[in-house]
Amino acid sequence: MTALDPAAIVEELPRPLLQVRDLSVRFPARGEGKALKAVDRVSFDIGPGQTLGLVGQSGSGKSTTGRAILQLQKAHSGSVRLLGEELTTMSATRLRQMRRHMQFVLQNPYSSLHPRMTIGQILREPLLVHRSVPPARLQERVAELLDLVSLDPGMMQRYPHEFSGGQRQRVVIARALAVNPDFIVCDEPVSALDVRTQAQIVTLLQSLQERLGLSYLFIAHDLAIVREVAHRVAVMFRGRIVEMGSAAQVYDSPAHPYTRVLLDAVPVPDPVRQRERLRRAPPDLHFLEGDGGGCVHGTDHASSNTAEWHEVAAGHGVSCRYWPSR
Amino acid sequence: MQEEVQKQAFGSRAVKAPRITQGGLLLGIGLAMLAAMLIVTIFAPFIAPFDPSATSPDSLAGASARHWLGTDSIGRDVLSRLIVGGRTTLLITITAVLIALVGGLVLGLLSGYLGGLVDDVIMRVLDVVFAFPVLLLAIAVVAALGPTVPNLILTIAIVYTPAMARVVRAPVLSVKQWDHVEAARSIGMSEFRLVLHHILPLVVSPILVATSLTLSQTIFTVTALSFLGLGPPPPDPNWGGMLSEARQFMELAPLTVIGPAAAIVFATLTFIVLANGLRDVLDVGSV
Repeated sequence: MTALDPAAIVEELPRPLLQVRDLSVRFPARGEGKALKAVDRVSFDIGPGQTLGLVGQSGSGKSTTGRAILQLQKAHSGSVRLLGEELTTMSATRLRQMRRHMQFVLQNPYSSLHPRMTIGQILREPLLVHRSVPPARLQERVAELLDLVSLDPGMMQRYPHEFSGGQRQRVVIARALAVNPDFIVCDEPVSALDVRTQAQIVTLLQSLQERLGLSYLFIAHDLAIVREVAHRVAVMFRGRIVEMGSAAQVYDSPAHPYTRVLLDAVPVPDPVRQRERLRRAPPDLHFLEGDGGGCVHGTDHASSNTAEWHEVAAGHGVSCRYWPSR
Repeated sequence: MQEEVQKQAFGSRAVKAPRITQGGLLLGIGLAMLAAMLIVTIFAPFIAPFDPSATSPDSLAGASARHWLGTDSIGRDVLSRLIVGGRTTLLITITAVLIALVGGLVLGLLSGYLGGLVDDVIMRVLDVVFAFPVLLLAIAVVAALGPTVPNLILTIAIVYTPAMARVVRAPVLSVKQWDHVEAARSIGMSEFRLVLHHILPLVVSPILVATSLTLSQTIFTVTALSFLGLGPPPPDPNWGGMLSEARQFMELAPLTVIGPAAAIVFATLTFIVLANGLRDVLDVGSV
């Protein structure tokens, strides 16, 4: 394993759609404490038509990362480039236009739709905002969108409360698709739904990706679903990415101890083996406390100005922080 | 949790058929009272049996078939003065509250939505106005500007704007954090459209209730100012002024006091009943 310089953290894709470099978000502390580093120097690329799965436990900074990329949360430092354009320093007006290319699917379909607007009004809104369709074609486009997410276009006059969770999430997806975006942040898009509906929504997202060439940042805590949809997976812990690689690399040969803890936490669908696993002594998680410690390989990253990142295989990197001390 | 709040606030909307609930009944009564008051006020010159300024020799007469509520100290018909006087009082009250509502909406939305320094500055300035007792502040402003109808309207509007702004600001603070607002922002909507379409419609209910309650308080303030001699100048009648003039002859002609007092109570009650009805029907918590 070798230390890398920051520019080479991620294997450079030919022409990434989204390029995130050293993105940090800090929340000011109440009173006199230190500011909370919600996202700490996160870097990754997402190529056209690709999905990056972002996993980690609650509070690890997954959602904040997604919101910071969409500029819904102010970044403390770092750079976010979409289609080659820097978003963090963009003017508000230009950013509003740029939002045509990046959209957001939120976790909770019950609260992310305006309770007093009909489905038709909700879907018309992005079209009006970006003037992407001539007024005469609005109705037609809304019907098209509903059809795209397998909803009956006759439902246009209904209100969100008349729909089930899965149907509402389809509406949320249709709204995101309205302006033909290139990139969608899906923040826990299925975790509020029941299992059968989850599968339907995941399948829908996958088929839309194939048909429209979309790129996703897929944020979830459900490891099984992420494996299903993601080409590459990044594991987040305490605001940092501790491991990143292709889905197969991360799931089949996890390199970071935290990734192993996460994977081990998934219950085994075999009562006998699961019971036996539960009987075993709980793993020592002491190493996950504190600030992550120094480099496990003894590299002085600060003085050599390299990232705290080591490559274990092509395209498979791991952080040298939060390892059990030897 | 947000879902629950949303459900509480908007759950009743799902009920399609209007039901006669206690709140519905209350709202109906309030609206009927308001309609009666407005009809009498608008058509006052046609309804009033006498010219409200015309004097007659039989002063301080009791109730009779000719003068239902008797006459005042210089022989003017109390009922006619009551009907016409309601115009001035209600005009000042309603216009002032509408202005306070607009001012409160603008300041409350700005303050609640933008937050930070803007919020601090607006709220602290309003706190200063809020710190004065309503009547005292009103007396000071009217005394400085002079007791004309436009000045009275302006004064009352200034006095009640801080309260309206607070009522608007509080729900905006919570609604602006709801997911659908974030979703709207991520679409690329302008801030103006965002506030107008995605925040304002969801804070209307508490504002309606508060407006109605403010109207009932304003009636009191307007008549109190007139009673203290800071109302529109005579001879045009208004309820507070009538009360003040009749006060000295209370023992001789009780109806001259009871008439305007009853009118003030009726108007105040109308807006309180309306506010309670609205609160129950719109499912707003205590305001």
